[in-house]
Amino acid sequence: MYAFEIERPSTVADAVALLKQSDENQALGGGQTLIPTLKQRLAAPEVLVCLSGIDEIKGVCTDDDGRICIGGGTTHGEVAAGSGAYPALVWMAENIGDPAVRNRGTIGGSLANNDPSACYPAAVLASGATVVTNEREIAADDFFDGMFATALNEGEIITEVKFPVPEKANYQKFEQPASRFALVGVFVAKFADGVRVAVTGASEEGVFRWTEAEEALNGNFSASALDGLSVPADGMISDLHGSGAYRAHLVAVMTRRAVEAA
Amino acid sequence: MAQVKMTVNGKPASGEVEGRTLLVDFIRDTLGLTGTHVGCDTSQCGACVVHVDGKAVKACSMFAAEAEGTEVTTIEGMAAEDGTMTPVQKAFQEFHGLQCGFCTPGMVMSAEAMLKDNPSPTEAEVREYLKGNICRCTGYHNIVKAILAASGQDVSNIAAE
Repeated sequence: MYAFEIERPSTVADAVALLKQSDENQALGGGQTLIPTLKQRLAAPEVLVCLSGIDEIKGVCTDDDGRICIGGGTTHGEVAAGSGAYPALVWMAENIGDPAVRNRGTIGGSLANNDPSACYPAAVLASGATVVTNEREIAADDFFDGMFATALNEGEIITEVKFPVPEKANYQKFEQPASRFALVGVFVAKFADGVRVAVTGASEEGVFRWTEAEEALNGNFSASALDGLSVPADGMISDLHGSGAYRAHLVAVMTRRAVEAA
Repeated sequence: MAQVKMTVNGKPASGEVEGRTLLVDFIRDTLGLTGTHVGCDTSQCGACVVHVDGKAVKACSMFAAEAEGTEVTTIEGMAAEDGTMTPVQKAFQEFHGLQCGFCTPGMVMSAEAMLKDNPSPTEAEVREYLKGNICRCTGYHNIVKAILAASGQDVSNIAAE
């Protein structure tokens, strides 16, 4: 790792002030992605602003609209333990990485990083969740902006994510067994006003909604509604773990499984 | 460089660290507690698992500065002062849950954390929990058997597979 200083603010306001001091300052969530990245010398911050000491962005609660509200600094383990009203979200959180990783990694860190194979982006996009920052509220449909890119500004911190609870939902993850990221993951959520299907791990553009499947499922929420539907292999991630065509095939398979299990 | 203070195995510990000093390096190099191992240094293998405020974490994927003010427990903190081992440690010995021993500190620390949350796990739950702990010798069977035995379950019918 290159040398850097660590600051541990105890409030969001102090963290934002530290981040705004320099473009070279960077926020540190649970570090389960950023620390390996630093070890590979792929990042060289001047100051790492550690968010783990900020109690005001930790914890899970339910708001007046019945939404599950999760602080940005809440670990995957705490999300799994606290989101019982949304079983698909619990399953997703408790199948990230391994137990030790889940005790450090945070929902805010995962979303801000927007790894194209991460699980949370699929849950947030399929749920139509709202990402709350120190500056504003961002709808899930406006948040993700391509591989490793989001709508977040420099120095903007995810303080909370609000999940509406669907009538039915399921997340199916085809795990890449070495990294435990999703080779392909599909999150299906059925609300009173429609079905949302979000796919992670597959596209070079990062998480996306499979709108064709959503339209088919809106009329008939069953796996048979998906008969004959497929996503094109163009623009799918192709690497040593699987070709673009293989991933495209998996998208359809995992979507069917999610609908059947929802 | 900055001063960091924490409690390690029930005793106050402090030292000068850089921002980039990992918790595992502080534990091994500054405190001289070399029972916590570094296998992969990429948070895959789990040889460096310690408890921070009671939760299992990979000490290679956390900075020492982040452990400021926490209670850290390492493998050296498990056995009693007189050397009496914990039920998990005894079971690893009795059921040959190790061969070369390199992964054992992390295995034991993960097992202790698991049994605290789930005192009577199934074999599948044990295997699931150990996803982040890699052993290249044993094939895991005796590790799983040891942990089930440490939880007080009868393992006489678990045959080697």
